Amino acid sequence: MLPGGVSGLGLKAAVVVFPGSNCDVDIYHAFLDILGVEVRYVWHEEEDLSPFDLAVLPGGFSYGDYLRPGALARFSPVMEAVREFASSGKPVLGICNGFQILCEAGLLPGALRKNADLRFRCRWVWVRVEQVNTPFTCLCLPGEVLRLPIAHGDGNYYAPDPVLGELEAEGRVVFRYCDANGDAIPEANPNGSLRNIAGISNPAGNVVGLMPHPERAMEELLGGTGGRKLLLGALTWLREFA
Amino acid sequence: MKWRAEVRVWLKEGAFDPQGQAIQQALSRLGWDRIGEVRAGKAFLLQVEAPDEGEARRLAEEAARKLLANPVLESFSLEVEPYLASGSGGEAV
Repeated sequence: MLPGGVSGLGLKAAVVVFPGSNCDVDIYHAFLDILGVEVRYVWHEEEDLSPFDLAVLPGGFSYGDYLRPGALARFSPVMEAVREFASSGKPVLGICNGFQILCEAGLLPGALRKNADLRFRCRWVWVRVEQVNTPFTCLCLPGEVLRLPIAHGDGNYYAPDPVLGELEAEGRVVFRYCDANGDAIPEANPNGSLRNIAGISNPAGNVVGLMPHPERAMEELLGGTGGRKLLLGALTWLREFA
Repeated sequence: MKWRAEVRVWLKEGAFDPQGQAIQQALSRLGWDRIGEVRAGKAFLLQVEAPDEGEARRLAEEAARKLLANPVLESFSLEVEPYLASGSGGEAV
């Protein structure tokens, strides 16, 4: 648990588990053991998220990535509950495959294509925080650079030009791939994403999807703590504003 | 009556197709240097129960639009014909 942690707030996190999710245990560990938050797995056939304060759709390969990543998970019974949960304003985070599912479900715009060079990219990247007015980034400074790991074959963000324009104008690009100095240069783009986009939000800002894995960057021992602020941010946001 | 609907899904015109490009490069290395652009897609054969062709087409099109293709990235084509018990699993070579 973090020193001066956030335990005892009575907050409850849901980790939605699809057949083929494989980062569910990591995010569960992050909430329970590192942040001291009550957390429960919610199987994709469940239909009620009302007991929870925030929900995470974790990474992995739901339904084996059959058809397209996220395309089949989108029709799981739990997704109606995720939709209601999101429209009630509670924080929803989609990580990697979770981001792909949120896009397929239409809760976030655009789509994640195959990486431009067709390689599965598994490494650390830098991302620049572009929008701090979301539950997950409320502890970050505008332009802050975080070091997070990625591990994906389909992370190449695409949206038609008018949608990109809307995302930019409304400040809904939340994270951009950058170098260690915070410059969003093409060389820092690991997968071909348009405008170096690594993560976006819905118009209200409570639904955020990103390809990097904050739950894998929670402990110095395991390579870095760049993800702590994002999860801690949501808890702080819930305590302050919800 | 049974119908055989074939749905083909393609990345939209003009969208970069990294799979197609990789296949084209492999073909070129193997000596097929007269094969130009290659585009990779997906094909689905649906067996549809419907009273007439129009209804079969409507059902298959709905399935393609809502699930088989992602309209953000992909377009699809659709062909519908009566289902024949033999030889409907795909074209014999």
